[in-house]
Amino acid sequence: MFRYWRYHLPLAVFLLLAVFLWRGLQLDPHKIPSTLINKPVPKFDLPDIMVPGKSFTQQQLLGEISLVNVWATWCTACQQEHPILLDIARDSKVKLYAIDYKDELTEAKNWLAQYGNPFLAIGFDATGQTAIDWGVYGTPETFLIDSQGIIRYKHVGPLTKQVWQHTLLPIINKLRTGAI
Amino acid sequence: MKVYFLKLMSAMLLLYSLTAEAATEQYPFVNSTQRAAFKQLTQELRCLVCQNQDLADSNAPLAVDLRAEIYQMIQRGESKQSVINYMTARYGDFILYKTPLKSTTYVLWLSPFATLLIAFSVLIIIVRSRYQRMTGDS
Repeated sequence: MFRYWRYHLPLAVFLLLAVFLWRGLQLDPHKIPSTLINKPVPKFDLPDIMVPGKSFTQQQLLGEISLVNVWATWCTACQQEHPILLDIARDSKVKLYAIDYKDELTEAKNWLAQYGNPFLAIGFDATGQTAIDWGVYGTPETFLIDSQGIIRYKHVGPLTKQVWQHTLLPIINKLRTGAI
Repeated sequence: MKVYFLKLMSAMLLLYSLTAEAATEQYPFVNSTQRAAFKQLTQELRCLVCQNQDLADSNAPLAVDLRAEIYQMIQRGESKQSVINYMTARYGDFILYKTPLKSTTYVLWLSPFATLLIAFSVLIIIVRSRYQRMTGDS
């Protein structure tokens, strides 16, 4: 019995360690899971960049499936993902909204004029307080919100066609059919 | 040599304490309890942008904002626990350097003890078998 263990225990320990380390290689510590999944959107009230005097609140997110993109003009990755957002808006499968995180108003307007505006409303979060309430820790971040105003998914980092096709769209289709 | 080393160490410590002070400088507190609470909280909470730094140490814009938030909460007289609750509600347990003991972290907390137990068991088995062999031989 002891002889058996003597040879097999080190191997077993090695294999166990290998499994954990292999798993560790695939985890990205910069992807922090959102605590807000399956929770309602935090209350917010931000001035809308495009419509002076109007505000953008969580109330507008009710009724239809939507994406809320947190971006800023100083964020280069946001520029990179912008064509994807324009494509998504053209597809019109979901409503697109945005929160402009710690930005300059005129710069934001110029940026949108230059690259195009896929958003129905853009909340201007000058202090970053709303972003903190949403658990945002780095732009861009994109929240998928169902018609009841419940956050269903959060993507951290720039959106890609891949992410849209293989991650967001399947969830949206499931929400549509009532599977989740 | 030894004296030189000690001098170097104390100089480094002094430097470290100076930098640690730098972050709290801009926040005046009415009493030392609040200052201590602020210091403790910013050292126990992780900066989410540069993850190996605590909030006290980091100059990332988000860390600056979260420090300001903690300061305001303390100024309002809120407890340390309510600050921690506020942070974990938004950023999850990841923001805590001290991992809480709960069902999802049992393996993390208990595996060192389990490993120790296994190691001791193996040791006992080995010692016993050797002892038996020795007494059997003699």
